[in-house]
Amino acid sequence: MDPRVNDIVVRCMCDMGERYGLDLGGGPMRETLLFGESGLLDSVGLVSLIVAVEQEIENDLGVSIVLADERAMSQKHSPFRSIGALADYAASLVSAEQ
Amino acid sequence: MAAPITLITGTRKGIGAHLARHYVALGHRVHGCSRKAPEWSLDGYTHHEADVGDEKAVRQMFAAIRKSEGRLDHLINNAGAAAMNHFMLTPTATAEKLLRTNFLGTFICSREAAKQMKDQGSGRIVNFTTVAVPLRLAGEAAYAASKAAVEELSRVLARELGEFGITVNSIGPTPIDTDLIRGIPKEKIDQLLQQQALHRMGTFDDVTNVIDFFLRPESAFVTGQTIYLGGV
Repeated sequence: MDPRVNDIVVRCMCDMGERYGLDLGGGPMRETLLFGESGLLDSVGLVSLIVAVEQEIENDLGVSIVLADERAMSQKHSPFRSIGALADYAASLVSAEQ
Repeated sequence: MAAPITLITGTRKGIGAHLARHYVALGHRVHGCSRKAPEWSLDGYTHHEADVGDEKAVRQMFAAIRKSEGRLDHLINNAGAAAMNHFMLTPTATAEKLLRTNFLGTFICSREAAKQMKDQGSGRIVNFTTVAVPLRLAGEAAYAASKAAVEELSRVLARELGEFGITVNSIGPTPIDTDLIRGIPKEKIDQLLQQQALHRMGTFDDVTNVIDFFLRPESAFVTGQTIYLGGV
């Protein structure tokens, strides 16, 4: 996986933490849950994170991706469930575009 | 105060071209798009060759605006297509074309604009519907249905985007003398005008007046509304 994508997702999550006063513990980790019963974000927070990650990937890597595509929506395990899953999914889309 | 950044779709001619000139004259930095380049140019106006129904082209246009302007204040989804035919003689390809340009074009552009406006905490989206929706005009089933979809999209977006300070409203013009209605027989137009409270064709200025209202900073509490011209 492109480590720059992981860094972008972590950076966006740190920004979200500051903006919404989230308790990220020792900082966002790959295992940090984003959505669902133990997740940190509500639905609007998740939308904001996804949009921020798309835009930062475009700004930093020059690649335009759509995270909320049909494949993401149809997966049994949501690629938005944790920071690690989101980073892996974003990296796979970046890799496919390059 | 920085110049507002306004994106208008379908600016090559007709109402779109008029809106582009109007908002440049008001000091906006205006971006516009159409499938082909317009035969006019203007200081303060930047054109993008993009079909609003082409998601990739639309995303490239928004990326270019984000790069050059860093923000987007207004989106006016003016691009539209029309066709008049008896329902039983309307080709599927015509219905698909109308849905792609009128509904999907508005959908894609609004989504990409909202992504940019969200972080600003403000934004205005104005969509185009038509009096053919409330008047249920015979012969315009596919066109009116595609615009009814735009109206409902606008109302739902108003709720989903309200918390980001983005308003979404629609304007429904009466017939205006543009290419869009050029193929419609005069008696059909006259019948339509008789169904309005005010029996005349609309003008470009009638349209800009309503859009000016939606874009005003003072209209921040006006969202999810449709204003029809002519008292329909």
